[in-house]
Amino acid sequence: MARKPDLLPGTLDMLILKTLTRAPLHGYGIALSIKRLSDDVLTVEEGSLYPALQRLLLQGWVKAEWKMTETNRRARFYTLTAAGRKQLGIELSDFEQMIAAIGRVLKDAQEA
Amino acid sequence: MNPLTRLLKKLSLLFCRKRFYSELDEEMAFHREQAEKEFLATGMTAEAARYAAIRRLGNPTRLKERSQEMVGFSFETVVQDLSFALRQLRKNPGFAVTAILILALGIGASVAIFAFVDAALIKPLPYKDSSRLVILFESIPIGPRFHLSYPDYVDWKRENKVFSSLDVFAAYGFMMKTPEGLRQADGARVSAGFLRTLGVTPVIGRDFYIGEDGAAPARTVLLSYAAWQKRYGGSKGVLEQSVVLDGDPYTIIGVLPREFHFAPAEPADFWAIEKSTGVCEKMRGCHNLFGIARLKDGVTFGTAFADIKEIAKGLERQYPDSNREQAANMLPLTEVVVGEIRPILLVLLSGAGLLLLIASVNVASLLLVRSESRKREIAVRGALGASPRRLVRQFVTEGMMLAGIGCLLGVAGALQFMRLLGKLIPKDMMASMPYLQGLGLNGHVLAFACALAVLATALFAITPIARLQFTEIREGLSQGGRTAAGVVWRRFGANLVVVELATAMVLLVGAGLLGKSFYRLLHADIGLQPDHIAMLHVEAQPEKYSKNEQRVALGREIVARAGALPGVKSVGLTTKLPIEDGDWTSGIRIMGRPYHGEHNEVAVRNVSPGYWTTLKSTLVSGRYFRDDEDSSKLKVVIVNQALAKQYFPGEDPVGQQIAFGDDVKSPMVIVGLINDIQEGQLDAAPRSAIYLPFNQKPYTGFVVLARTAQDEQALLPSLESTIHAIDPGMALFQPMTMNQKIHDAPSTYLHRSSAWLVGGFAALALLLGVVGLYGVIAYSVGRRTREIGVRMALGAQRNSVYRLVLNEAGRLVAVGVTVGLAGSIGSALLIRKLLFGVQAWDVPTLAAVAVTLAAAAMLASFIPARRAASVSPVEALRTE
Repeated sequence: MARKPDLLPGTLDMLILKTLTRAPLHGYGIALSIKRLSDDVLTVEEGSLYPALQRLLLQGWVKAEWKMTETNRRARFYTLTAAGRKQLGIELSDFEQMIAAIGRVLKDAQEA
Repeated sequence: MNPLTRLLKKLSLLFCRKRFYSELDEEMAFHREQAEKEFLATGMTAEAARYAAIRRLGNPTRLKERSQEMVGFSFETVVQDLSFALRQLRKNPGFAVTAILILALGIGASVAIFAFVDAALIKPLPYKDSSRLVILFESIPIGPRFHLSYPDYVDWKRENKVFSSLDVFAAYGFMMKTPEGLRQADGARVSAGFLRTLGVTPVIGRDFYIGEDGAAPARTVLLSYAAWQKRYGGSKGVLEQSVVLDGDPYTIIGVLPREFHFAPAEPADFWAIEKSTGVCEKMRGCHNLFGIARLKDGVTFGTAFADIKEIAKGLERQYPDSNREQAANMLPLTEVVVGEIRPILLVLLSGAGLLLLIASVNVASLLLVRSESRKREIAVRGALGASPRRLVRQFVTEGMMLAGIGCLLGVAGALQFMRLLGKLIPKDMMASMPYLQGLGLNGHVLAFACALAVLATALFAITPIARLQFTEIREGLSQGGRTAAGVVWRRFGANLVVVELATAMVLLVGAGLLGKSFYRLLHADIGLQPDHIAMLHVEAQPEKYSKNEQRVALGREIVARAGALPGVKSVGLTTKLPIEDGDWTSGIRIMGRPYHGEHNEVAVRNVSPGYWTTLKSTLVSGRYFRDDEDSSKLKVVIVNQALAKQYFPGEDPVGQQIAFGDDVKSPMVIVGLINDIQEGQLDAAPRSAIYLPFNQKPYTGFVVLARTAQDEQALLPSLESTIHAIDPGMALFQPMTMNQKIHDAPSTYLHRSSAWLVGGFAALALLLGVVGLYGVIAYSVGRRTREIGVRMALGAQRNSVYRLVLNEAGRLVAVGVTVGLAGSIGSALLIRKLLFGVQAWDVPTLAAVAVTLAAAAMLASFIPARRAASVSPVEALRTE
């Protein structure tokens, strides 16, 4: 089995928030979505999703409500709140800055 | 999101915890089902798909815990840990009770002793800047702490440049006139600035004003708070009331604060102004006062001492007659107040500390054994997803719980112990240690107890944590790693036992030496037979008995009436009892020898002829006094052997003549030589003393001693009523027996209390040390059961098994005793000032302790050795 890269620490919250910008999803859906969108590169350690979701709930960045799925099963759906959208913006810009900085360092190192 | 809403959310979640979990469960179950479906779709079997889904999601309990940690309060996990710790302790009550009791014992003893140390040594004396206060003495050839005379005080006060104020005080027994006649009242005389020097102001009324003790001194007196409450019911109307002390009317001008005490003059109810017009006050050679002074700002102790010494030297040159060899001496006030008790308290604190050390080591090794058997539990918890941090916290919580409960019990025990110790202090002793009245649980003591609890927690948490490596989960689960762990533990546990045994040895030797000192002190030759002697102080009104003949007649009447009491064999009078402070001294000269004003200080007592037979002293040569030897006869004197050795070496003093230094006209003939009666404290060296016939120089104050064939305690009431019947106006006080006096003497008390307390600590230490050794050996035997079984199966004899186990124990004991021996001699050298008649390296004590400890230790290890030897090889091998 090929080794997959671990999720960068601290990025799980951001990924969850980003996934939820399209539509409300349940936990399984979020995990699936992250995996698909990253072409199977990023696998969320599925268990850690739930503590993270509780944290986001507590911060007020997402809302949760129980709804029926298309297969008629009860599931908890998470929706992004306005505060969550704002938080996502902050996290994205922080992340981009960091990636850019790392990129510059790596490029510099290659050229040298 | 603001913190308040978050808190509210957390709170609401706290109250719907059940729903929180069920929702989480449902959510995760849904997740697993979905994942299972996904796996099924890839063609897995149903079972494989289910396991794959479970694996992918991870440990549900751990996940729930982590989710809960997100939204929960941090104290919730603490509560969980605590309840788990409690369950753990309850599950193993034997361990819990033993550990807590041992700990409570150690902490209790330490806290109680610390409370005494705090009251006596740490808490500052209740005066302004008490560290700047010094006590002034005159140092004379026989000792450094003697009174100064009033004229010297006046000169010191005027000439010094180092004190912002200098005053004098003296403890004083007043004779107070009451409707029932004279009564003795404890008091002190102080110069006008005394309270200002201390920085104390009366609670009601006024202080003495400056100059109140001048040429025409006012007769004013201050009351102690206790006397105000006791004698005057705390009424404000007490001011300006009159009280007759020593025949003079005094006006009460104020009351001292409740917390005021001044140990060098206590006990004192009446604080009267010093009279500059007294007979003694006029003479430079009459010493009756101590000085107290406050150092000027910026002046060091050394500078001040040098200055006052110089002044005393100047006075010696100026007044060669009276001030020859009268040097100045100065000590910090705290040194005078607590100097005596400090070494004893420090020894006791060290003793309690050592006991606490043993107790902690004992509990730590119990925890170690327990952590060994909990290895599996820890491994299981780790496998179930407990994070190492959580596991460590669990141990910290358990340690905290043990230490906390132990500390609470210990403090409660300490309170009782303190009360008990306080009660055991004789009343007179307590009066001279007024600072102990503030004894109790105060901030300092509680802080000390808390510090001990924190240290104990740290020790108890670190011990099992250091022992258990959380990474070895698999090893723990498989019950392996037995041999390696066993060796490590045995080595560590064995070292702990060596520490325990050595500490116990130090305490035992300390107790042995102190006990031996105490025995030596009680059985020291004091030159008299203390049994069956009843004693009573008498003070008659001087104005009523103003003539010597009246006083002699009173003495004779008392001796006659007391002698007629049933059972009384002989009665004697003296102006000062033996085994006191050795005061009442005077300078003598020997007639017929050159004299240049040397101060040949000797103790002086005026005694009746019956004094000797009552004490049963030994006459070495010459004769005792005759009853008719009064002022009409030749002046005679009896001297003791110490005097003979000092002033008549190689000569018979009987027949020689001596005189008081300033009184050549009335020499006295030495008619008798007696053995040394201990005039000073029991542990003081014998001193030169002279005894004059009471009938030649009678006083109105004296002590009556009666030797009886019956119980001397029972004689006291009838002695008192018989003497009172002669003159109800006389003050009779301090009825006691000679044995009581010896028993309650400060030196006896200090020796006794330190011997008993250190003895108690040592006994507990011995017990704990031996129990600790038993634990180590029993544990080691338990772990080696299989090995022993194999050995026996291979033909080892029971004897060799005994040898195997006892060898192990013997090695530990030998190391412990050797280390302890070195430590004991070292610590005994530190306490050698407290020892009396015993050397620090007293071989019998050391040998007895070593043998006792070794015997007790070997006995304790014999039990597990027997168990090992009775192992049946078949059973032992089957246990695997």
